[in-house]
Amino acid sequence: MPNILVVEDSPTMRQLISFAMKRIQSAHVIEATDGVDALKKLSSDKIDLILCDINMPVMDGLKLVSLVRGNPTFKDIPIIMVTTEGAEEDRKRALAIGANAYLPKPIQTQELIKLVNTYLTGRGN
Amino acid sequence: MDKEVSCANKADEFIQMFKKGEEFTKDLLKENEKLRYRVAQLEESMAQSVDEARTKLYEERIRLLETELNSFKEKFTQVEMENKDFASKYLEVEEENNNLANLYVASYQLHSTLDFSEVLRIVVEIVINLIGAEKFAILLIDDKTNELIAVATEGIPPADTPRVKIGEGIIGKVTKEGESYFAEDLSAIAAFNPFEPIVCIPLKIKEHVIGVISIYKLLTQKSGFSNVDYELFNLLAGHAATAVFSSRLYTQSERKLTTIQSFLDLLKEKPKR
Repeated sequence: MPNILVVEDSPTMRQLISFAMKRIQSAHVIEATDGVDALKKLSSDKIDLILCDINMPVMDGLKLVSLVRGNPTFKDIPIIMVTTEGAEEDRKRALAIGANAYLPKPIQTQELIKLVNTYLTGRGN
Repeated sequence: MDKEVSCANKADEFIQMFKKGEEFTKDLLKENEKLRYRVAQLEESMAQSVDEARTKLYEERIRLLETELNSFKEKFTQVEMENKDFASKYLEVEEENNNLANLYVASYQLHSTLDFSEVLRIVVEIVINLIGAEKFAILLIDDKTNELIAVATEGIPPADTPRVKIGEGIIGKVTKEGESYFAEDLSAIAAFNPFEPIVCIPLKIKEHVIGVISIYKLLTQKSGFSNVDYELFNLLAGHAATAVFSSRLYTQSERKLTTIQSFLDLLKEKPKR
């Protein structure tokens, strides 16, 4: 059963993404409201994939990505950024820090599911 | 002498008989040859007729197989078309499912609280995350002045959204008539003008407008609106209005209750002199 960590400060987006992830067979969603909360969840649960927003209070998504990539235990977890920042330079920056994929909002659920499936099956690496 | 004559006669008779036998044998041989030739002819024609029958049979079989093949081809095309139809229907259902999920989540969140500021935050979240707006304002009618006042903004300072009189400009007209406004060219308006939104949605409870959502700019990656966006606009027009209205009433009544409670507490304390 793959564990998907959804890091998003907006309850609406969290619920929407969790809804979408329910359509992935046997996927289990763990929610975090910001980067710090996500790090706690990473320590307590075995996470297979992270879906992460960029603009969040306390700790933003880019900081979280760099911390995850710098940690030997979590460094191989695929990270998909889901954000309102649609500019090309934002995408490049996130990918340069270590994000695997970049999906601008408003999200297309089918596209998100396809992307998550790609990384969960290891085809994205 | 008589004996010699008789012998010679007999010899002649024998020779005659022998000649006749020879002729008869020759006739028989000729007849035999003819018959053999005939048999050969008959055998050949028989073989020919068998071949013809076989060819006819094969031709018939080929014709049947060709008919069958054509029918299979037809069925295959039909099944292929049905398959394509099912695939496109599946995609439509998937899209509809996703859209319904979006609408459900938006509706669920809107009615998840009675706190006015929380409801406003949820409306803002929906407009940013589900519709994809970058600059917008939520304006509500002030009952005292009968003007629209911004209660929440995103991407623009609240001070940049002036009061709007009902009936004035795009926003005032939408408030007065209760009909949504969509600019023809969403990318045409480059500079921010508080009176010229690209989209203006009335917040309505039945036919009573309580305010509007005024969108000035969409996210860079959002080029236009899809069907689900219009559904979301409809949902916001109704559900956001009731959520905003009821939460405002609840918050006001809560505040009044606290004031009355404090007043009552004060009255209870007063007689101690």
